[in-house]
Amino acid sequence: MNWRGVLAIYKFELHRFRRTLWTGLAVPVITTSLYFVVFGAAIGSRMTEIGGVPYGSFIVPGLMMLSLFTESIFNASFGIHMPRFTGTIYEILSAPLSAFETVLGYVGAAATKAMLVALVIFVTAHLFVPITVAHPLAMLFYLLLVALTFCMFGFMVGIWAKGFEQLQVIPLLVVTPLTFLGGAFYSIDMLAEPWRSITLFNPVVYLINGFRWTFFGTADVAFGTALAATFAFFLACLVGVWWIFRTGYRLKQ
Amino acid sequence: MSDPILSIRGLRKAYASGTEALKLVDLDIRRGEIFALLGPNGAGKTTLINIVCGIVTSTAGEVLVDGRNWRTDYRHARSRIGLVPQELTMDVFEPLISTVNFSRELFGRAPDPARIEQILRDLSLWDKRKQILKELSGGMKRRVMIAKALAHEPDILFLDEPTAGVDVELRRDMWDLVRRLREGGTTIILTTHYIEEAEEMADRVGVIANGELILVEEKTALMQKLGRKTLHLQLTEPLNAVPPALDEWQPKLSEDGATLTYVFDAKAERTGIPSLLTAMRDSGIAFKDLDTKQSSLEDIFVGLIHEQGASA
Repeated sequence: MNWRGVLAIYKFELHRFRRTLWTGLAVPVITTSLYFVVFGAAIGSRMTEIGGVPYGSFIVPGLMMLSLFTESIFNASFGIHMPRFTGTIYEILSAPLSAFETVLGYVGAAATKAMLVALVIFVTAHLFVPITVAHPLAMLFYLLLVALTFCMFGFMVGIWAKGFEQLQVIPLLVVTPLTFLGGAFYSIDMLAEPWRSITLFNPVVYLINGFRWTFFGTADVAFGTALAATFAFFLACLVGVWWIFRTGYRLKQ
Repeated sequence: MSDPILSIRGLRKAYASGTEALKLVDLDIRRGEIFALLGPNGAGKTTLINIVCGIVTSTAGEVLVDGRNWRTDYRHARSRIGLVPQELTMDVFEPLISTVNFSRELFGRAPDPARIEQILRDLSLWDKRKQILKELSGGMKRRVMIAKALAHEPDILFLDEPTAGVDVELRRDMWDLVRRLREGGTTIILTTHYIEEAEEMADRVGVIANGELILVEEKTALMQKLGRKTLHLQLTEPLNAVPPALDEWQPKLSEDGATLTYVFDAKAERTGIPSLLTAMRDSGIAFKDLDTKQSSLEDIFVGLIHEQGASA
């Protein structure tokens, strides 16, 4: 195992984040505050509680997940796309690193940053609403699992993308809509049929509800189901990344 | 060859588009030599290097680094090989020293500030170590690429077109550097389309054209074996055409008709020069000056490529 090589990539990526540290942290703080001002004040006053949880607190897990998805995809896809774009990938490819080690370096760094942003949102949310976490360890584990999953997904996007525009396509056209429609800001039980049943085909529903369960001990879908779905998604991404290195898809000619 | 450091066996590369970049390449590299891979653009030089370094996958064949397969034993192979690619690709926002340290760590080597300092001093980069890469000149960047490749202390170094777009002075520096590296025991494989470079530095020369290694030869032997001379005759009166009386020697007439050129084998017993001059005098063709020139590697090279083109 070339741990030094993994660490070199990890440190390089974190260093890249550090250059944009303040904007990187200001963005989640400001967006979270905006969500609370808009959703909390405008809508929250009309729908006081969902399943016994005040509306303001109810949306916190959804907000964290939304940022975790976009940050994970953006950081991981950019991290691997940049060396492909500039050509510095030659050094990674010619180094004594296995595929696993390369992915660990990039995905590990992107996941670290995405989790940091999610935790900043958690702290910011504290300023607006009371939050208690029923299962803190499960919450952190879930955060890590989803971050790794979406970073691997982002890694694939970064390999697949032919240009910087394409890096934005998946997060904007697929992930953000699915998140908004996946119950990030409402309970899917509030939907009328057939929309409720259709929503169950949205994978993001399971990710958000699994995470919400770790906060409140209740959610729209059973925790076991949510966890199983999240693991399935994790494995699917793992297979995708494995396939990329197996075939050299868009990495090697 | 006994105990080559690098052994390329039956290497082939066909791209998905159908282009055959390498047809069937066999090549042994000797321990400690400077090997120049010579060929025109698009001949397959970079493809060959990239396959050995793990950047491009091969369609068939194998590479042995000190007898060990480069794919099954890739950690061994890659830790021993350093690559300086043709393009100046680097993380331009990083300081020089960080990017060189990064290269060393990426290859799994423990940090060694003294060693890195030595490498940077050898390349006259030490004073610039804190500078951001994008602020450096092209020549400096070229040297940074070499420093990165040397950071993990490889004993086989690939230099892909090391002097492309480099001025004369820097080219001399580069050649000195390569010689010093060889003295330190590093085996060097460089690609170039400057024949001067191969002539100046290489122990052996390989000529590659259209994905085929058409010749591998000691440089000195190559130049001797294929060394031809040309005789230039400056005529007193320009000619319109070569007179039939001189057909036997097949001389070429320059466009302005003022120079006759005759190519001959300097090693042959009969060069044909006295008889040509006699025939000229008999035909009443006078000349005011003459010179003979040893053909350079360039002429040999151009000749080989032409033969290749004719037989294809």
